[in-house]
Amino acid sequence: MKAARRHVAIGALCGFLALSACDATALSEDEKAKIASLSIDALGPVPPAPGNRFADDPRAADFGRLLFFDEGLSESGTISCATCHIPDQQFQDGRPRGFGTDETDRRTMPLEGAAWNIWQFWDGRRDSLWAQALTPLEDLREHAGNRTAHVRYIAEAHADSYAEIFGALPDISGIPENASPVGGETERANWDAMTPTQKDGVNRVFANIGKAIAAFERTLIPTETRFDRFARAVAAGSEQTGDAAFSDLELEGLRLFIGKANCLECHNGPRFTDDHFHNTGVPPVAGLPEDLGRAAGIVAVQSDPFNCLGRYSDAMPDACDALRFMKRDATAMERAYKTPSLRGVAGRPPYMHAGQIATLEAVIDHYSSAPAAASGQSEIRGVVFTDRGRQALIAFLNTLDTTPVSDP
Amino acid sequence: MPFQDKTGSRRFVLASVGLLMAVAAIYAAYRLFTPPAPEIDVAYNTVSRDGFYQVMFETEAQPIPVHETHDWVVTITTPDGTPVNDASISIDGGMPAHGHGLPTEPQMAEALGDGQYRVEGMRFNMGGHWEIRIGISADPGLDEAVFNLDL
Repeated sequence: MKAARRHVAIGALCGFLALSACDATALSEDEKAKIASLSIDALGPVPPAPGNRFADDPRAADFGRLLFFDEGLSESGTISCATCHIPDQQFQDGRPRGFGTDETDRRTMPLEGAAWNIWQFWDGRRDSLWAQALTPLEDLREHAGNRTAHVRYIAEAHADSYAEIFGALPDISGIPENASPVGGETERANWDAMTPTQKDGVNRVFANIGKAIAAFERTLIPTETRFDRFARAVAAGSEQTGDAAFSDLELEGLRLFIGKANCLECHNGPRFTDDHFHNTGVPPVAGLPEDLGRAAGIVAVQSDPFNCLGRYSDAMPDACDALRFMKRDATAMERAYKTPSLRGVAGRPPYMHAGQIATLEAVIDHYSSAPAAASGQSEIRGVVFTDRGRQALIAFLNTLDTTPVSDP
Repeated sequence: MPFQDKTGSRRFVLASVGLLMAVAAIYAAYRLFTPPAPEIDVAYNTVSRDGFYQVMFETEAQPIPVHETHDWVVTITTPDGTPVNDASISIDGGMPAHGHGLPTEPQMAEALGDGQYRVEGMRFNMGGHWEIRIGISADPGLDEAVFNLDL
């Protein structure tokens, strides 16, 4: 009798434990679908770049790689794209704000997967990789060069490579050494004095510099992470083995991420971004000029001569979806910034558009407390996290690291 | 008395186990039998608010894609089925649960005849419940058709 009771008791206990274990590890169909939607396997091929007919030309990509590391494309001869976009640091610099010849106002963005972006920069003020690549070349705090100087440098150092891809360089014999429509007073005056043909020739070569760099950047595709291996096993219905197996804490973090923590509202899809702009109440940095985020980006991208609809774009106007259907309501986009990808996020503090937040722990605090925006309207609603929940979320974010934590 | 005590504690253990089992069973039943969330109307064919129009749409890609700009074809008739060919239409929408609108500004691109209109620039930047409002201005009057999408 006693033995029978004990058996019943043990049986019941085991049943209960099995049920709880089942609840902790079995993923629902909805969870599985969300996990699959975030997996690198859901990422299609590099999307076409209609504005850049050299985008998939391997010679352009090779030339672009050369230019990406070429310090000759700067006023001082010491700055290249790689100065801030450091290859072995996910093509970013780990600083709160990028620093070329001086400190800029924004955090350097990583480049892996940038070819999938609809908008470039935190405020989307450029609509293609090639138009983006041109902007720092003339920014006084970055490469600090100017349009004619860059074109003259190409003619002097890379004429053959250039001609092989883009055709012969225009006659630059009469153009000023330093001229640009966006430079300092002297550069602008010099630019104004140039003939329309000279300006057009210079603009065309300048645009091609961007197109080559973009062709190179299109080769920087996202790398597989532990999360992707986990997601692949989940999709296949097979057991997660090796580093594809998630710890209880990591699984708990993943569940928070796709569930209660609301992260998927913006960080969705295989790049963990919705390619849109959101005001999340991130405070301005004291001492920096007023920053309206996307509200200013909307205006800037429309007036950019190198945008998809401009004369240096290779796209038919119909192909310029992003610009044509752009949300133009600047009021709704005040202090809204682009959702960054979270792939590799744990390896690249500090966070936010001007490096305002130093650690992932503090980022979670921000989303938990959901402070009001300095201007515009914050979209986030506070989420209450337990200490375990915070740790879990961070443990999950670490599985998105591009360099595996351990390789057994 | 000691025997009594022992029985008492065994009963207590058994009672606890029984209680746990009951809780577990109730929880399992709850998980198994919880009805799905209240159904929202996801028919892509509806009558406009004031009843002026019957409105339906088809999308260029099926299922309706997320993260992809695509076209819709909206068909508008009067309630008796006569195509409405002179309408101008506007598209708006968003996610009611998250308080944000569409990530793009879709536009009516062309009237295709037979009450059909091509709308360009539709885009959804996340899965979930979206509400799409199609404003219609034509001879019968100003009206709005509302669609619920579960992506």
